[in-house]
Amino acid sequence: MSTTNPSLPLDAEALYARLAQQVKAGLQGVEQVAIVGIHSGGAWLAERLAKELQLNDRLGFIDVSFYRDDFAEKGLRPDVKPSQIGFDVEGAAIVLVDDVLYTGRTTRAAINELFDYGRPARILLAALVDRGGRELPIAADFLAETIVLADDQSLQLQRADDGRFSLTVVHA
Amino acid sequence: MLNPQLNKNGELQHLLTIEGLPKAIITNILDTASSFVSIGDREVKKVPLMRGKSVFNLFFENSTRTRTTFEIASKRLSADVINLNISASSASKGESLLDTIDNLAAMHADMFVVRHSQSGAPYLIAKHLIDTKQSHVHVVNAGDGRHAHPTQGLLDMYTIRHYKKDFTNLRVAIVGDILHSRVARSDIHGLTTLGVPEVRAIGPRTLLPNGLEQMGVRVFHNMEEGLKDVDVIIMLRLQNERMSGALLPSAQEFFKSYGLTPERLALAKPDAIVMHPGPMNRGVEIDSAVADGSQAVILPQVTFGIAVRMAVMSIVAGN
Repeated sequence: MSTTNPSLPLDAEALYARLAQQVKAGLQGVEQVAIVGIHSGGAWLAERLAKELQLNDRLGFIDVSFYRDDFAEKGLRPDVKPSQIGFDVEGAAIVLVDDVLYTGRTTRAAINELFDYGRPARILLAALVDRGGRELPIAADFLAETIVLADDQSLQLQRADDGRFSLTVVHA
Repeated sequence: MLNPQLNKNGELQHLLTIEGLPKAIITNILDTASSFVSIGDREVKKVPLMRGKSVFNLFFENSTRTRTTFEIASKRLSADVINLNISASSASKGESLLDTIDNLAAMHADMFVVRHSQSGAPYLIAKHLIDTKQSHVHVVNAGDGRHAHPTQGLLDMYTIRHYKKDFTNLRVAIVGDILHSRVARSDIHGLTTLGVPEVRAIGPRTLLPNGLEQMGVRVFHNMEEGLKDVDVIIMLRLQNERMSGALLPSAQEFFKSYGLTPERLALAKPDAIVMHPGPMNRGVEIDSAVADGSQAVILPQVTFGIAVRMAVMSIVAGN
């Protein structure tokens, strides 16, 4: 494991604060807001965002394993978690939260899954870091940082026991 | 012996029996099933995992519950499902089993769900597919003769885990016609692999097979003794259609000695659960008061069965 990108190391806590600020400002006056985190990094971020925005009863989690487009090549991932959407998706303004935005395929899968719960009024995408490399026409509405990573590198969010976030670059 | 269930990477590509399955694979199936359970509560009860795949339900023997739950499971995975009632078609015209399989494979089948009265039929089909280089077609055993009913065994494991959380401190009693029961065999293999310390078999001598002790099972011929302090009771159906000769005096006689009544249930732990793979014969192996009572989890078993079958199908289809 090493950090090679010039903009690294990334201060995940500072990035989170920036993202939370943007989300708060962006949701002014928006009704029926709900927060949905994509397992696992996005779920941690969503949990903290929901607490900060006092939306704990409007918090959900999504595992996109059943909606991935690489099932035929890779099969089912062994660590599938149940998706939990406890609020009514119909008419909701959903902030979809992921840690790292890359190809956009995970976002696509998550949007498809959300529609199987109902028809949301709108979906907004919040991501901590955009690392480029998009393969679908998807962009974040709320974003804390943009970096460039090589194809064989990936960015991983970790959550410590005290709840603090950190980001590391991992070589494949 | 060749284990055609696993591919060269040790992943599950067919499900033929629980016997010999690594604990990690069983646990993975149960974990995956728990993610599928909640899909039944959604607006759209489908996921797109097996979109465009064709699943053939090949039922060479009658079944309602198993066939229906496999059909629902296929549909909830977005697969196209084709039900073949074989007893009424090719087989009666003299076509061999493997010719039927080759013809259906030529129709671009992706999966066969097979129920057969002959033990080993799904194994034969899986081996044939491997030998003829058609390994992309998967086989799921939906019950073969007296041999195995792995998805029922797995849904029983799921049910036990749901209510009891941990396998390693349980006493589980399997009661009744174990001789003819593929469910009992699959349950015993599942329970021992998952670490259940005490599995009991309760039944008359004529309905218990030899070799249960070698499978690590404690045998009881007295219902009252066998039920003492158990956490889980798995009742089996008296399989009249598979019985030849006079194994039992009568169904009434059986109920008198081995029917699960409220009085007998009281001998088990107070929080014991009562399971039954169905179809139930009320008044033969189980009293209505127990079947409809608060300790029965027979209908949840059916619901969990859909999620477990979705898990099995999506795991094998991906390997």
